[in-house]
Amino acid sequence: MNAMSLGPYADFIVTSYLVVAAVVALLIAWIGIDHRRQKRILGELEAGGVVRRSGRSATDMR
Amino acid sequence: MTLIDLANPTRFLSLTARLLPWLATATVILLAIGLYQSAMAPDDYQQGATVKIMFIHVPNAWLAMFVWGVMSVAALGTLVWRHPLADVAAKAAAPIGAAFTFLALVTGSLWGRPMWGTYWEWDARLTSVLILFLMYLGLIALWRAVEDPSRAARAAAILTLVGAINLPIIKFSVDWWNTLHQPASVMRMGGSSLDRAFLIPLLVMAVAFSLLFLTLHLAAMRNEILRRRVRALQLIQAQAGRRSL
Repeated sequence: MNAMSLGPYADFIVTSYLVVAAVVALLIAWIGIDHRRQKRILGELEAGGVVRRSGRSATDMR
Repeated sequence: MTLIDLANPTRFLSLTARLLPWLATATVILLAIGLYQSAMAPDDYQQGATVKIMFIHVPNAWLAMFVWGVMSVAALGTLVWRHPLADVAAKAAAPIGAAFTFLALVTGSLWGRPMWGTYWEWDARLTSVLILFLMYLGLIALWRAVEDPSRAARAAAILTLVGAINLPIIKFSVDWWNTLHQPASVMRMGGSSLDRAFLIPLLVMAVAFSLLFLTLHLAAMRNEILRRRVRALQLIQAQAGRRSL
C-alpha cells in the first residue's frame, strides 16, 4: 500500500495539515514580531533617559 | 537554580534565553520525525487515509485542554501564592491555547465531513470544546479590557478556575452522553485500543506539539515580561513629565 496515496478524501487531509501549518506559522510570527516590538520600545524609552528604579537596563537578561 | 529563583523575572528571562534555541531545535526535529511517520502510516481499514488527520487533530485537542490546565495552576499561583510570574504565564498561554482549540475544532470538522457526513453536530464533545474556545477568547478580552494588571490578573484567575469545570465535561462527554464523537481510544482503562502503526506516530506528534507549546509559551512569557517593563517605564516617564510641569 502506498502510504502517500490519500484516496478520495485527499482535499480534507491536505487542508487539515495546511490549516495547522498556517496557524502555527502565524503564532510563531506574532510572537517574534511582538518580541522585536517590545525590545524596540524599551530601547527608545532607555535612549530617552527613562530607567528602571533598580537602575538596571530594562532589556537586561542577566 | 531553584524554583524560587524563577520568581525573579530577570532570572527567568536569562533562563529562557538559554533554553529557547534548544527547545526550538528539539521541536523541529520531533515534528519532522512525527510528520514523516504520519505520512508513512498505513490507511485505516474503515477510515482509509483520513486517519492521517488524527495525527494533528488529537495533539491539538489534548493541548487545548492541557493549556487550560496550565492556566488553572497559574491561576492558583496568582490567587493563593501571588507568584509574580503566575499571571504572566496564564496571560501568555491563553492565545496559544485558543489557537490549539481552534485547530482541534477545524481539523475535527474536516475529519468529520468524510467520516460522519457532516462538518458539525451539536453533540456534547463538539459543543463543550467550542465552549472552551469561547472561554479562551473571553479571557483574552478580559485581560485587554481591564487596564490595572493586578485587577485583571485576579479576575482572569477566577474566570480560569471556574472554566476548569469544563475540562472533565470535555473528557467524559463521550461517556456521559450519546455523541457522534468516538470514545477515548488512547487514554482509557485497559490501555490504548490503537494499533502500534497509528499509536507511535500519534505519540511522537503529541510530544512534538507539547514541545511546540513549551517553546511558544516561554517566548510569549518573555514578551509579556518585557511588555510589563515597557508599561512600568512609561508610568515613570509620565510621572516625571507631571513633576516637571
